[in-house]
Amino acid sequence: MFETLILMLDATIRVATPLIFASLAGMFCERSGIVNIALEGKLLAAAFAGAAVAYVTGSAWLGCIAGVLVAVCMSLLHGFATITHRGDQVVSGMAINILAVGLTVTLGRHWFKQGGQTPALSGDARFAPIHLPGADALQDVPVIGLLYSELISGHSLLEYVAFAAVPIAWYILFKTRFGLRLRAVGESPSAVDTAGISVAKMRYSAVIICGILVGLGGVYLSVGQTAQFIPNMSAGKGYMALAALIFGKWKPWTAMGACLLFGFLDSMAIRLQGVSIGEFQIPVQAIEAVPYVLTVFLLAGFIGKAVAPKAIGVPYSKERE
Amino acid sequence: MSQARVPAWVTVALLPAINVLLAFLVSALLFIYIDISPIDAAKVMWQGAFGYAEGIGYTLYYTTGFIFTGLAVAVAFHAGLFNIGGEGQAYIGGLGVGLVCLTLGEFAPWYIVFPVAIVVGGVFGAAWAFIPAYLQAKRGSHIVITTIMFNFIAASLMAYLLVEVLKPENTMATESRVFAVGSWLPKMHEFFALFGYEMSASPLNLSFFFALVCCVFVWLFIWHTRWGYEIRSVGSNPSAATYAGIKYVRIVCLTMLVSGMLAGFFALNVLQGELHQIKLNFVEGFGFTGIAVALMGRNHPIGVLLASLLFGFLYQGGAELSFEYGVDRNIVVVLQGLVILFCGALEHMLRPSIENTYLKLFAKTNEEAA
Amino acid sequence: MSQEQAYAIELSHIDKKFGAVHANRDISLQVPKGTIHGIIGENGAGKSTLMSIIYGFYKADKGSMMIDGKPFLPSSSQDAIASGVGMVHQHFMLVETFTVLENVVLGAEDGWKLNESLASAKLKLEELATSYGLEVPVDAIVGELPVGLQQRVEILKALYRGAKILILDEPTGVLTPQEADHLFKILDKLRAQGTTIMIITHKLREVLAVTDNVSVMRQGAMVGHVATKDTSQEHLAEMMVGRKVLLKVDRGQAAPKQSLIEVKDLCYVDSSGVERVKKMSFSVRSGEIVGIAGVSGNGQSELLSLLGGIIKPTSGEIVLNNNTISAANPSDPQLVRAMGVGHIPEDRHKMGLINKFEAQEAYIMGYHQLPMYNKGLLQDKKAINQSCQTNMDKWDVRPADPTLKTANFSGGNQQKLVIAREMEQDPDVLLVGQPTRGVDIGAIEYIHQQVISSRDAGKAVLLVSVELDEIMNLADRIIVLFDGAVVGEVNSDDANEQILGLMMANIMPEHLKKGAKPQGEQS
Repeated sequence: MFETLILMLDATIRVATPLIFASLAGMFCERSGIVNIALEGKLLAAAFAGAAVAYVTGSAWLGCIAGVLVAVCMSLLHGFATITHRGDQVVSGMAINILAVGLTVTLGRHWFKQGGQTPALSGDARFAPIHLPGADALQDVPVIGLLYSELISGHSLLEYVAFAAVPIAWYILFKTRFGLRLRAVGESPSAVDTAGISVAKMRYSAVIICGILVGLGGVYLSVGQTAQFIPNMSAGKGYMALAALIFGKWKPWTAMGACLLFGFLDSMAIRLQGVSIGEFQIPVQAIEAVPYVLTVFLLAGFIGKAVAPKAIGVPYSKERE
Repeated sequence: MSQARVPAWVTVALLPAINVLLAFLVSALLFIYIDISPIDAAKVMWQGAFGYAEGIGYTLYYTTGFIFTGLAVAVAFHAGLFNIGGEGQAYIGGLGVGLVCLTLGEFAPWYIVFPVAIVVGGVFGAAWAFIPAYLQAKRGSHIVITTIMFNFIAASLMAYLLVEVLKPENTMATESRVFAVGSWLPKMHEFFALFGYEMSASPLNLSFFFALVCCVFVWLFIWHTRWGYEIRSVGSNPSAATYAGIKYVRIVCLTMLVSGMLAGFFALNVLQGELHQIKLNFVEGFGFTGIAVALMGRNHPIGVLLASLLFGFLYQGGAELSFEYGVDRNIVVVLQGLVILFCGALEHMLRPSIENTYLKLFAKTNEEAA
Repeated sequence: MSQEQAYAIELSHIDKKFGAVHANRDISLQVPKGTIHGIIGENGAGKSTLMSIIYGFYKADKGSMMIDGKPFLPSSSQDAIASGVGMVHQHFMLVETFTVLENVVLGAEDGWKLNESLASAKLKLEELATSYGLEVPVDAIVGELPVGLQQRVEILKALYRGAKILILDEPTGVLTPQEADHLFKILDKLRAQGTTIMIITHKLREVLAVTDNVSVMRQGAMVGHVATKDTSQEHLAEMMVGRKVLLKVDRGQAAPKQSLIEVKDLCYVDSSGVERVKKMSFSVRSGEIVGIAGVSGNGQSELLSLLGGIIKPTSGEIVLNNNTISAANPSDPQLVRAMGVGHIPEDRHKMGLINKFEAQEAYIMGYHQLPMYNKGLLQDKKAINQSCQTNMDKWDVRPADPTLKTANFSGGNQQKLVIAREMEQDPDVLLVGQPTRGVDIGAIEYIHQQVISSRDAGKAVLLVSVELDEIMNLADRIIVLFDGAVVGEVNSDDANEQILGLMMANIMPEHLKKGAKPQGEQS
């Protein structure tokens, strides 16, 4: 039973990692006042670029850089449409999502001729699990051994990075000048503007940070987790990260909590496949739907209240009236 | 002030046309990159979509689907609501249509099944849109997010129903049993054969006419009824609408019910018209593309019709393209994305320069005239 | 040389256009150091644009500026702040979810570490607070502070950034008279310590009370500069509008009959739990105009919304034309209209019209369900068009084109369209909110005449206005509100600015108290 739990938690971490990256990415973007439904597309594009470059160069690191770069470019496109040209944030997000689906498959087919997939990554082209010191030695110690060697040790680098990113994001957001200005720009861009800070500059920096984080999430999917790019492999994770972000009320720790919860539900759904309680078989799909249902409940104010940054969704323009 | 002097056709027709052109130009670069001559590709697509009768049939078949989802998004836009949930509403609408065909269709002919399927499919789609609408109106839950969530919930629900309830015992594929042949919506070629007209076989079916009826309905509803008036009031100035005694909650719900209903109709074309069984993920992104259709069509039924035709062309042309060149038909998805990007997200990019250019030319001729 | 240095700020030939709108025409202005300078003008005279140019928010098309004799060319607010210009905007530029401290620090942090900036700011704020009498709770969330304190935060923000020139845009619009007095005291102290202050306002009384010099703007141009001690309200008003203002509209004696609006112990608590309307009671009879005066934000808007059925009373009741509305029996705008009530809303852009709509569409707002505009399920477009056309002619709405977009009419014509719509159904009761806000002089007179003639036609008219002149000119009786409650009532023949001003500050003059009039009856 304990082993099962550890294995489930282990799976939880793997599922939660890309969600954490993406929801932190979304947090920076939305805190600056830009709705980000484009996480899905950015995740997918980064996953593709990461896997493609990692395969061609044989280096996971180069893949990682490429994935992040592509995600940043897409973010800049998002910024160009919404900040520079004051375009609709939701519409440009949709456009990016659709572009990502089309481009990854088209280019993937053209480059690798495997129906849009990349060839499987191996060796240095993927991030190997990191065995923390003493993991093997402790393996047989009851409880702690399993906890340490299975749950804490043995993850790929990006998984550790994801969890480390949470306190860093928290610090940046709440303890630095940049964070103060970022939060202000999402609440009241005119206050920021009149304080002599460029709204556009703040929003562009937010969008770039978003690109870096979501890029890491995408790279993790292909280079870290699956060791291959598969068409549409983001499979709604970007939207789920958005749900986690809302569920976490736009704060890093709670968003991470939501990602872990959603990850746990996912690993539970896999565990419970075919399991029945008495006569009643638990429908896996119901568990899969729980994150979305929970988010709707939260948005409806039935469990707490999710208050979005006030200026979110509204392109900023100087002209008053 | 300057807008007053730029005639409507510049913003309504010229600007979208230039934006679409731009999207085409950018995707031409992609074609060149993957070693396909864009001109040849365009020829193949044109030939495939409009060059022969069967191709036209396919194009119009896709067009039918886009009309429904495009109108759904357009109606919601008029009340200032962004309905991203067309995908889920169409999926659930399909459940309604499918259930009618699976039950009533067993013993009733299509011309009885069809109206019932319209009602039930519409009601199912509307019901799926109602919850986000109610939450938006009553509790201020952002409808963009809730409709996204409802897409996923619909996907889970339908997956469950298909696997556990609707799938016949002895099959592997997650799909329902095939509807009784008598309940199938006649194909256009079958229908016209009754009157002695010969047409090539294609999936185009009678629901195309129903889609056109829906265009007229939306036009009348939005611009010629007091409810449409109220919807547009809420969408343009909610506090003025309140002052005028228009009930926000009621209008948001009404709008989304109509929107969801139109999305639900999507299943008539695909399920009752072509697939004849409920399949997993049969909506295939048409609900999302409806957003592009509405954007390009400027939320007007005529615009939606034309935009649907464009997307029908892209879809069918893309299929031909993948057949001809072995590229993935997702290349058309790129084109779709670019169209949304240029027509929707970047619509303000070219507007000032185009308007200024127009004014310059126009002002000159005006001075000369004076 | 020495004379030049005496000016804190100097503008020469500033010119600014927004498209076809000429917002500022060739404006020159000199403000001596350490003085309070008033800039007055009607709405849309170009005051705010001019200040935004000084603050670096907009760039002037032509002209130059100097600060302390040095050329000053701000390309952003940051430049202006660096040159010692601070601005307190009409709509506060505050982040409501932040604390006072965070708001003050925003954009003027010491370094990248937030805590250090906050700590040093706290010390500096305490200094500022003691030297200018600007105490604020530094750790309070700004959104939870009353407006007077929020404004203080804005002033502190400017001073924290070392402002030597402080611009205040309509600073008293949202303040109670006491808060305004306190503000003026602060300004005095600032002036005494060498700060130069520019106040934009359209309230003549305040200009006379606090400024050293006044500049008057009209239609984008500067029409004159005067020393405050050499001028009077009438003189300034004349300069503002460009001709002698008719201080009294011709209006015969009212002949009131039965009561058509009866408000009894009306209370309204808004969604955030603030009591906006407190136990109001009054009545309006057929054939009279009752004016509601008060500093804006003292319950006038809520009262109009309650009467118009837009919001529901928390307790008490309203009797409109013999229909009772109460918490248990609420109404809505449609029902209210059916009771024979016309409602000209305070803000025609926010409520009265829809800018995107054609005039004929805006013209049926609120009445769109009437059978006369509908034919079965469909709207009767022809009837709508004809009705709109007829009434545009009748009410002198120009251009008289029902298919023109509402946004393309001038303010006066938009207002006439609203009035035409509300009067056309011949209501018994007329609710009128700020009827001449942002309306040109010619239209003001026309609208005033219409309001009076509808009184003479036997309607009960309730007039809400922040313009005391308007209230005194039109109303037969004046009710003054303060903090959501009725302070008292005066006949307009007995009213003057002093009396109303006192009442607006919640002080009822002794001789007007109810008990004082008939033989010492105490209540």
